Order: sequence, then structure tokens, then C-alpha cells
Amino acid sequence: MTTVRISDDALALACGADEVAAAFAAAGCTVERVSSWGMHWLEPLAEIDGEGFGPLEVDDVAAVLAGTSAKAIGPIAEHPFIARQQRFTFARAGRTRPLSLDDYAASGGWAGLAKARAMGPETTIAEVTASGLRGRGGAGFPAGIKWTTVARAPGARKYIVCNADEGDSATFADRMVMEGDPFMLIEGMAIAGLAVGAGKGFVYIRSEYPHAIAKMQAAVAASAPIIAPFEVEIRVGAGAYVCGEETSLLNSLEGKRGEVRAKPPLPALEGLFGMPTVVNNVLTLAAVPWIMAQGGAAYAAVGFGRSKGTMPIQIAGNVKHGGLFEVGFGITLGELVNDIGGGTASGRPVRAVQVGGPLGAFHPPADFHLPFDYEAFAAADGLIGHAGLTVFDDNADMSKLARFAMSFCAAESCGKCTPCRIGSTRGVELIDRIRARAGRAADKVEALPQMHNARKGARSLAEEVTLLEDLCETMKFGSLCALGGFTPYPVLSALKHWPEDFGVAVPEADAAE
Amino acid sequence: MESLEDIIATHAEREGPLLPILHAIQARFGEVSENSIRTVAKALNLTRAEVHGVVSFYHDFHEVADPRPVLKLCRSEACQARGVEALAAGLPDDHRVKVETIYCLGLCSVGPNAMAAGKVHARLDRAKLAALMESLA
Repeated sequence: MTTVRISDDALALACGADEVAAAFAAAGCTVERVSSWGMHWLEPLAEIDGEGFGPLEVDDVAAVLAGTSAKAIGPIAEHPFIARQQRFTFARAGRTRPLSLDDYAASGGWAGLAKARAMGPETTIAEVTASGLRGRGGAGFPAGIKWTTVARAPGARKYIVCNADEGDSATFADRMVMEGDPFMLIEGMAIAGLAVGAGKGFVYIRSEYPHAIAKMQAAVAASAPIIAPFEVEIRVGAGAYVCGEETSLLNSLEGKRGEVRAKPPLPALEGLFGMPTVVNNVLTLAAVPWIMAQGGAAYAAVGFGRSKGTMPIQIAGNVKHGGLFEVGFGITLGELVNDIGGGTASGRPVRAVQVGGPLGAFHPPADFHLPFDYEAFAAADGLIGHAGLTVFDDNADMSKLARFAMSFCAAESCGKCTPCRIGSTRGVELIDRIRARAGRAADKVEALPQMHNARKGARSLAEEVTLLEDLCETMKFGSLCALGGFTPYPVLSALKHWPEDFGVAVPEADAAE
Repeated sequence: MESLEDIIATHAEREGPLLPILHAIQARFGEVSENSIRTVAKALNLTRAEVHGVVSFYHDFHEVADPRPVLKLCRSEACQARGVEALAAGLPDDHRVKVETIYCLGLCSVGPNAMAAGKVHARLDRAKLAALMESLA
């Protein structure tokens, strides 16, 4: 009997994997539901004896089984999209059944935890420090240093908190880990707990990920005896983007409004319920079992500059070959978009690539030489964030996208600090006026005689643009967290690279490019 | 069916029980009403203002139930790049279905995407979206 392997990842399901799986079952095949390979343009992707077929519809099933399908892509593991990757965190992607403890153990699962138990806490932290692993949530803070701080902090209890509030557009690697390899994340949390002396871990998953929540709950129940005495509990977010910020997430876990806390105190010293807490992203914790099993040095051998190891890069938006591409740091943006992503899905020229989610900068094709590395992107007034890429074709209206960035910040601001709460709303109004090329006359209050310092004349478009830059400056340096602090990245980058979309004359040097 | 008191009793002993309780109330009753807020506040020794503050902070909690089926349409950047704005502009004027904006379902390479009745839908075009809305109504 033929065994057909089809993913049960949310993305495959959204593309109709259940219907295709049912059609194979009805044709007499044994259907195994596995994790996704990450080649999203081919989903639903079926695998029969290593050969891939996709993207399938129910009507394709008969041709696949007869060996006459035009959707055959050859051996999946040798597909260029897979063969070019260096998969550490996603080594099992497409190969194992997500909730099978047998599959997990047979593919090297629990080896990292066993090693950590044998080595003891201090050596475990030393191994993670040696790997050079940096926080994958966006800030890039070295995980080993954070763990050391928590391990040394005095506290009646300590906690491991896994940040699975993956709200950034164009990111789905956390979701794929939780849905595709949940035991790996649990193992990583158990290792972290052992290393810092924490007895309990929370996974805070956003409510927009019902499939990930269900898989993680099942995986926690199945693996409880293996990770004991460490315990993991799943908590569900409630639709607030800002809860992806670590202090806001901690407040939410405690049952409060998800407002950002001022730092210091650092969560490592006073975190959840005031206790020392490790807050790490899903990808950070999921990288730990590999590091423990293979050694920190092996992980550090890959990468670029101070960015060690691999990064699961998420290629999305208007792109032909979207999906998950895990590779060592240092690959260029142009390779990712053009060679691997295959350019735009619409076939039109690429106009902009937003790197790092809604708070990341828009990069023009002139930036395609940039190597994927925390420092290189920071030097180019951008960030890599959670490594999501959104590709836009030449229909993109950059001033409209800048307006969206401000309106998103206004909708999702927690309201604690003024630059973010008020600045984002003023930013929307300002960009609306700039887009309407309207300028602005003095308002009623400004026109009052006692408002001596208020300006009485109208503001020109150029002055409005300067005002927008000033507002961004205030938000960038005056906001408490990255939501208000990084919203200026998309706004200013759009203004800098595409001034024509804001009605600003293009400087001659740029126009000649 | 679980009563409000049962829900509170199920979760009260957890660390930081408020969000799990509110989620359970929202799922059970379709809303977190003024009466629920009073009862929860009393049980957890919080003020009504504190509980109200939490309920009103999160997009997932509603103080008044809407009986209509909900279609959550992603309007974030990756779906914008794949044309969701044109879809949203051409949405049929159907008051039987409540269309909510959501920011990201994590299916960003196959947008435009939507979630309805716990199921996710990708690669939406005008016809698919209209069919989806018709099936919900």
C-alpha cells in the first residue's frame, strides 16, 4: 500500500491539505500527517517515497497515483530550495510527525536534555554562551548572558517564559516550530529551566494561532513525564500585538493589561510575578537542543560576524517562492529575494522589501547587497527583527504603507507612553495631509491671540515633511518599547528611498540612479 | 453547560488566572458582560475597574456579544502586498457576517488570508471570499 505524507501545518490546511489527504485515503493510500517542509508555494505538498507533488488539488490525486502528474517536483530533499539551506532548527521539518514521541526520539530528540542533565547547569550555560546564540525575537541579545543573569539572581522561584506571540507580519517560523516540532521547543525550555534553576515554564501563544495552541497543549501533555520535574504550561494571548514585547507579555501572563513596563528592573532580575525570569523567543529556545546535542562550537562555526549560527528566514508577501529558508547569517538580501524567492509572484519588478515585520525598514533593490546580519542591517538604518521578508512589487504605494505603519502603531499601542500613544495618531494625520498635498493652516487654538508662540501662517509640504521627521525622531528616542520606538523605521525608510510618493522632489543624484 | 462560577473555580488556582478565566467566559457566553466582570472581580479580589481595564485592553474580549458569524480578514503588510486591500474594498455588503480586521495569521507567503469558525483560508480571491462569506451566513 502506498504511504502518502502530507503536512498538517496550518498553512497547508488553509491551502486545502485536509481535502487532498482525504482523497488519498479514499483512493486506498495510508496517509501520514507530517510537518511542513516550508515550501509554501507548493502546499499542499504530498510526498510518496521521497518524491514530491504540489501544489495539489483533490482532482490531481488520481494522476499522482497513476504516475502521470504534471505537478511532480522530483525528490523533495534535493529540491534547490531545500538543498541550499542549512537546517539546524528545522532539521525535522517535513520529515517527522509533529506529535509522535517515537519520531522525535528517533531523530535525535531529547539528546540535548540528556546531555544538559549530565553536564549540570553551569556547563550547560557555558555551552550556550559558547554557541554565540542571540535572541531570535529581534533584539539579538546573547542568550548565554541572559541565562547567566537569571541563574545568579536570587529568587524564591524562577521562570522560563517562551515568547510565542509572533505578531509580526511576514513571520511564521515560531508557528512552524510549534506546529511542526513542538517537542523541540519543550526540550529547549526544559534545558533552560535546568540551566537557570527554574521549575516552571510558560509558553505565551497568540490567539490567532489556534492550531499551534492545540499542538503545543497535546505535546506538553505527552512529554510531561520526560521533562519532569520541569513543568510547562500553555497560555493564550488575547489579540494584543504589543504583548510580543517581553514586559508587556509578562503583565499579560500575570492577568493585567498588556502595558509595557519600564526597564530596569530587567525581567532577568524581576520578571514574572517579580521573580527572575528568562524570556526567550520560540526560535531561541528551539535552537538550544541542537546546540546541546552537537556542541556550542559547531553552532558558532556557522554565521557571519557577531551573528552566529543559522536564522530561519521567512520569505513572504508578493514573492513567487515563499516559505521558510533556514541558513547561516551572511546571505545577501538580493539572493533571498531574487534567487531563492524567485522575484515577485505578480511577475512585476520588486519595488521594496520590508525586513523585520511591521516595525522594520523598507529596503529598495539598491540595498540587495546587504548581508543578513544584525549589525549590517542596523548600519543601513534597518533591522532584521524576527527575520521576516515582505516583498512588494511596483504597485506598492510607499506613502500609503508609511501611513499604515503609523495607523498600526495607533491601533496596537498599549497607551503607556506618550510618544507612541499620541505620536502615532498625529503621524497618521500628518501623512494624510502630506498624501493630499494639503499643507496646513493654523487651527483655532493656534490662531488665538494669547498663543504667542504658536505659528500663525500655513505650513508648506516641505515643512510638513520636516515635521514628520521630527515626530519620528521623538517616537524613536522617547518611546518605552520597540512598538513606538521602531515605527519610525518603516516611515522614515519609505520617505528616504521613495520621496516621490510623498510629493517631495527627488534629489538629482538619486534620480540619476 | 459550564456556569460562570464553574469557570472561575476551574482556573482560580492557576498562577495569573485572569486571562484564562476571561477567555473561558468569552468562549462560553460570547461576551464578557458587566455581570461577569463583577463576579470575576469579587472572586479574584480585584476591583471592577481592574477587570474592566483588562477586558477593554484586549481585542479578543467583547463586552456585548454579536450573534453573527465572524470572518477575520488579515490586513497586514504581507497580505497587502498580495492584494488584500482590493479584496476588502470589493467585499459584498453582507450584514449577516461580521467582518473583522486581524493582523497576521502567520500564513504570509500564501495570502490574502482569513480565519472563520476556527478554520484558516489562504490564497483568497474575490470569488473564494464571496463563497466563504456565503457559507458562513
